[in-house]
Amino acid sequence: MSDLANEPSTQRTEPAAPPERAPSSPAAHRKPGKPALSEGKKAERKLGLLLCAPAAIIMVLVTAYPIIYAVWLSLQRYDLRFPGEQQFAGLTNYAAVLTSSYWWSAFLVTVIITVISVAIEFVLGLALALIMHRTIVARGLTRTVVLIPYGIVTVVAAFSWQFAWTPDKGYLAALLPEGAAPLTDQVAALAIIILAEVWKTTPFMALLLMAGLALVPDDLLKAAQVDGAGAWQRLTKIILPMMKPAILVALLFRTLDAFRVFDNIYILTQGSNGTGSVSMLGYDNLFKAFNLGIGSAISVLIFIAVAVIAFLFIKIFGAAAPGSDEGKR
Amino acid sequence: MGQPPGGRAHGPDRTRAGRRRTWAAAGAALLSSAAIAGCSSGAVGPPVLNFYTPADAATQYGEAAADCTTQANGRYTIVPQTLPKGADDQRLQLARRLVAGDTAVDIMGIDVTWTAEFATAGWITRLPEDVAAQVTQGTLAGPLETATFKGALWAAPLNTNTQILWYRKDLAPTPPKTWDEMISMSEALQQKGLPSYIEVQGAQYEGLSVWFNTMINSAGGQIVDENGTVLIGQEPSRGAAEKAATIMQRVAASPASDPSLSVAKENDGRLAMEAGTAAFQINYPFVYASINTPPPDGGGGGTFIDDQGRPAGTDTGKKVIDEFAWAPYPSVTPGTPAKPTIGGLNLAVSTTSLHPALAYEAVQCLRSRENQLRNATDAGVPPTLEALYGDPSFQQEYPAWQAIKESLDDASVRPKTPAYQSISIVLSDLLNPPAQINPQAVVGEMADQVVRAENSEGLVP
Repeated sequence: MSDLANEPSTQRTEPAAPPERAPSSPAAHRKPGKPALSEGKKAERKLGLLLCAPAAIIMVLVTAYPIIYAVWLSLQRYDLRFPGEQQFAGLTNYAAVLTSSYWWSAFLVTVIITVISVAIEFVLGLALALIMHRTIVARGLTRTVVLIPYGIVTVVAAFSWQFAWTPDKGYLAALLPEGAAPLTDQVAALAIIILAEVWKTTPFMALLLMAGLALVPDDLLKAAQVDGAGAWQRLTKIILPMMKPAILVALLFRTLDAFRVFDNIYILTQGSNGTGSVSMLGYDNLFKAFNLGIGSAISVLIFIAVAVIAFLFIKIFGAAAPGSDEGKR
Repeated sequence: MGQPPGGRAHGPDRTRAGRRRTWAAAGAALLSSAAIAGCSSGAVGPPVLNFYTPADAATQYGEAAADCTTQANGRYTIVPQTLPKGADDQRLQLARRLVAGDTAVDIMGIDVTWTAEFATAGWITRLPEDVAAQVTQGTLAGPLETATFKGALWAAPLNTNTQILWYRKDLAPTPPKTWDEMISMSEALQQKGLPSYIEVQGAQYEGLSVWFNTMINSAGGQIVDENGTVLIGQEPSRGAAEKAATIMQRVAASPASDPSLSVAKENDGRLAMEAGTAAFQINYPFVYASINTPPPDGGGGGTFIDDQGRPAGTDTGKKVIDEFAWAPYPSVTPGTPAKPTIGGLNLAVSTTSLHPALAYEAVQCLRSRENQLRNATDAGVPPTLEALYGDPSFQQEYPAWQAIKESLDDASVRPKTPAYQSISIVLSDLLNPPAQINPQAVVGEMADQVVRAENSEGLVP
């Protein structure tokens, strides 16, 4: 295996990845009890840390401050409309959120959108990746075309979906029976939101999976073919197992993204008719109700949910954290 | 500030250093011109008053601002700033600026429902007594009520708005006086196969809360009082709320109702009327202007209708507009006039303004008789000065002026509480879709949710 872990790490950096995880693979000489470094190495390492420090400090300031501030806000009774009544409220905001049916219905909607859209994206993304991988003619063109939806601003795409599904105006609504207004019905609207998500992010999934495909040696596939393995068997017995780390990373990224779905819902339905995600709920409580305490509690809960998803993926499914040493020789 | 410092550098010197000097000088010139622009507001010209208005009717507000600037004769300049079209977006932008202490917000056009919220949050100032006295003079009581909170006047009413009943006189020779009457008339029309829809705002948004507020007030109830006491859970408001919810449910669940009532907003009602499918519509006066405006901006008189009143595909020589009429808002209790919810825009002065005294002066100019008349005739928003309702040029533009005036005289205001936005959101959530309202259950739940919204404890959906 070559350096697989480097491929996905060029795509995106999610905050949830724990940086140091003891490699379980054969890299025995790099275990904790390694020999002391030479003087030169030490100085080099120190210089390296110094050079990284400015970037690291800025990152911490830019990301840590808002997170800490949000946690602090979530423990306050703080409503912009009642500035005189700001006070420490402990966990009451969390209690209010977690006992509210609005939170749980939004949570359910979010989980539905996440699971269905990621599942469809995975299947389509894998198909696209196989096509892009196998294309011989006009390779660059194919890859560019496939990536177009990912390059379009989500809000712009969402607006065009909205017009397309608006009765009397849209070309897609015209395909439906007279009088149908799909964006006003919960199930139909959720289906449209999922469609918009899938259309938009399948290319991203395909790109990550294609990086994984590059790791499957052609010799192995040829050998299997000679032994009489069919296309399906080669896919399930060789390609997918060898791609497993890349698949898990792709699924992890997409799940984290999908869980925070906001733009498409905001444009398509504004969360009406039971289509609001947890991010919409947070937005409405922060920017319509001006309730910073409750809104921040929702944000923190979303952050925790995302962290739990990442943790589960890494611990249970064994996804390699981007940048970790797994897969290196 | 005289010659820009860059003036010296344009010699024949074409060396690299010379070029660099030219760039530096150009930069300096740019900076100093920016400085000139920057200080013109403070030191040089007259003080600038920024006037934040909604995007709708922004042209008319801009014209008023220009006229008032001229009339101020160099004492102040009003610069109009246009906010988004949606009320939520306007409110959010203003709140962000005011919370951050932006001194460049002087005068704001605020929705009538924001008075309590902005006042409690300390974003707008109480009008000084002399200004308040002048504003009160000649202004309709209903609009003034929307700008009053805890006994003080916080804003000056600029425009108002109210709903009346618009109907088809071929389908209903005498307009219904009550909701019960209207529902049975609509069902009778449906049985005869004639246009029967009652168009009203049933979508999950502010318009649905307005409908409920009108109904509960007409039935003699109230949601919350000015001290923040939630009344909807106890008699007599509880009974009134159940009555209101029952009628709303019947309108929506009737076989004669518009199937898309649960997503209908003001404009959908207008369109259904113009398309000839509606017999009745509860709406604002803009529908009259619209049906008289040629397409694509308006309905162009509506569609053709046949002898029976059904929409016709061919030229029958008769259009919806020939049968278009208006009447007072139907009442809930026979004999007691309805109390339609009042809308509109008030002018408030921010607490962050550097020139409050001038801003109060400008506010009075912006809501002068001439400017209100212009808003009424060009932008379609009824004025708040009582005298204008007797003005022939206003009456010509608003043939329904009498019904509008009556509606304003009986008006009810939406709950005057800083938590109104949250209350409205939970109300419209609980009442949508209107056909599925369970009157007894919903009122109990409303009482519960409104108390939480009032204490800013609960979530909004």
